[in-house]
Amino acid sequence: MPLWPSVVLLGVFLAGPILYCVYSAFTDMALTGASGAHFVGFDNFRKAFGSSEFRASLVYTLIFTVLSAIIGQNVLGMVLALLMRSGTAWVRALVSTIVIGAWVIPEVVAGYLWSAFLGNDGSLNHILGVLSLPEQNWLFDIPILAVSLANIWRGTAFSMLVYSAALSEVPKEIEESATVDGAGTWQRLWSVTLPMIRRSIMTNLMLITLQTLSVFGLIWTMTRGGPSNKSETLPLFAYQQAFQLSQLGYGTALALVLLAIGAVFSLVYLRALRLEEGLR
Amino acid sequence: MSQTARNHRHAETTPDDPVAQPPRPRRSRRIRAVALVGAGIAASGAAAGCSAGGGSGGSDTITVTYQQFGDSHVQANFLKSVKAQFEKAHKGVTVDLEPISASEDDYYTKLQLQMRSTRTSPDLVYEDTFLINSDIKAGYLRPLDEHLKSWSDWSQFQPTAKKAAQALNGKTYGVPDGTDVRGLWYNKELFAKAGLPTDWQPHSWDDILAAARAIKAKLPGVIPINIYSGTGVGEAATMQGFEMLLYGTGDTLYDSQQKKWVVGSKGFVDSLSFLKTLNAEHLTPPASDQLKPTWGNTVSQQLLPKGKLAIDLDGSWLSLNWQKGGAAPWPQWSSTMGTTPMPTQDGSGAGKVSLSGGWTWAIPAKSDNPGKAWDLIKLLGDRQHELEWAIKDVQIPVRKDVAADPSYAQANPTNKFFASLVPITQYRPAYAVYPRISQKIQSATESIVTGSATPQQAAKTYDQQVQGITSDVVDASAS
Repeated sequence: MPLWPSVVLLGVFLAGPILYCVYSAFTDMALTGASGAHFVGFDNFRKAFGSSEFRASLVYTLIFTVLSAIIGQNVLGMVLALLMRSGTAWVRALVSTIVIGAWVIPEVVAGYLWSAFLGNDGSLNHILGVLSLPEQNWLFDIPILAVSLANIWRGTAFSMLVYSAALSEVPKEIEESATVDGAGTWQRLWSVTLPMIRRSIMTNLMLITLQTLSVFGLIWTMTRGGPSNKSETLPLFAYQQAFQLSQLGYGTALALVLLAIGAVFSLVYLRALRLEEGLR
Repeated sequence: MSQTARNHRHAETTPDDPVAQPPRPRRSRRIRAVALVGAGIAASGAAAGCSAGGGSGGSDTITVTYQQFGDSHVQANFLKSVKAQFEKAHKGVTVDLEPISASEDDYYTKLQLQMRSTRTSPDLVYEDTFLINSDIKAGYLRPLDEHLKSWSDWSQFQPTAKKAAQALNGKTYGVPDGTDVRGLWYNKELFAKAGLPTDWQPHSWDDILAAARAIKAKLPGVIPINIYSGTGVGEAATMQGFEMLLYGTGDTLYDSQQKKWVVGSKGFVDSLSFLKTLNAEHLTPPASDQLKPTWGNTVSQQLLPKGKLAIDLDGSWLSLNWQKGGAAPWPQWSSTMGTTPMPTQDGSGAGKVSLSGGWTWAIPAKSDNPGKAWDLIKLLGDRQHELEWAIKDVQIPVRKDVAADPSYAQANPTNKFFASLVPITQYRPAYAVYPRISQKIQSATESIVTGSATPQQAAKTYDQQVQGITSDVVDASAS
């Protein structure tokens, strides 16, 4: 089968934009306020790393990714997958319908749902009020936690599905023989089950990390990165600089930084996987 | 965030999601690497700016671009009738109305993307004075001076309005179709209940403070005053909020003589201090509400009609919300709501302040039919059409003969009052860096509302940020 049509397609639609993106990141290209684009070397990157706003958004990106993807979605997805394995058929069906339902809902709708839930007059405060518990105002006080919760809610289904599939591949006999050898539930999980699906864990971690790094719509609908930029992750920061403040070149440079962060995470996961394979 | 001042006329919106779906799992590491790069590009895909729509058309077609958003079809219907008249008068010419369906921020972006290329550039565009200087500098628009010289109607336009679309080089790039002014709206029923005069006439900031305190003391549950602040509401915080204070202190944002941005002014700190006093005494809405992006809609469509807010520093178009077919119909508004000019800090100067924005019709540099487009501008800008538009869209007329027309004054109870502010109103220094400077002003007000900085600290941060944006800066405290 000839390879060239796919190479051409990849070149035009993938390599083309990438090269253009890399080129723009080194220019002062603007949407308005200036004509033409001039090569400015590493100015955009220097500007970024010298700006406290950028550094803050970098920190928020990391908090958001670690909290909602690496801890939240990953652990919760695993717990659900493990619990569902021992559940009856209808419990399994019910749980997966609910969890996957959250995943299927469009990002923007999920964002509005969560704003309505966490808002001042939201459902959560009504529930807390009925229980005579103090009210929360997370959307205002700790918005990064609020958007992280929403992202966990929305994204857990993916991890759950990956882990359910992986767990179903673990032969029952091995776990049973571990039990016969005197392993407790935790020991069996830690020393037998998890190592057997570690490749799925790494792949899943990589996918949800990349996915979470680039979350935009959910945060935009819930907080627009505010208040006081306290939930402004890199995608929002880049969008704001490129389109609302018309600095296309700068915004593209920020997107490249985001790309680099994604690359670093992926390399770490790939390396961890390879190291383990080498040890065996 | 650089939303325009009139942003809150429109419903809340979200942009198209520029973040694509994550890469799918693949076996091969090479493909995985490609997918990884793809994810990054997806995140930046928007930044590459490839999504331009619209069309250009041939020499017998004039493509007109304007903003169509939400349920209001006032402009769409108006333009449809203009199209019919124009096509009747110019046989063989088609007027192609191509609205951009987007909120204001996204409208600017999409319009700019269209104007970047000859293949997509419209022939006539609706340009906000907020961005017109920026777009002129980007080379998107063409000067209209040659046409204006021979257009007798141009002498009817107010001198201040003519300046709104004039670049630093002295050339004019747009014909304004109206403007807006700003002042204080107050609820007369609440004022009566609090023992305040229903024909309220504050002469200084202290008078406003006194009224707000009286409301708070007598009417628990009513928010005394709203002055837009923070980045959430965008340009409204700069223009309806902060600038209405600053321009009443005698200081300004921009020194037009020296052509430099002003930092270190006393007025800047005083304006923030006034906001601080209001917020510290809880005369304003809770910080968490004020900073919501949807706050503008909440004020105009819920708080005011429900009598939950006593004083609102806002725009002349506010009643558009309450008319039949508006976002929140409220027939009693004209008897309940009073209007009065925003006073200067201590009543000095003209004694009152107003700022103006507004939109213009402009011809893109890459239009392939500029001649016919100019003919259409002449039709849109004539007396009859500017009058019709001013009445239908609650605009403040920029033509003297329209402002003097009795049918205009009769069309809306507030028209006469707001038109009286036109002689003292000022335009923003909407030069190329203005959107970025405006955003820093919003941040400064936000730090006051959240209490994270004192007025002096916030002003100092602003000064540093302005110096980072432009080198054309003059320090008022040094002189």
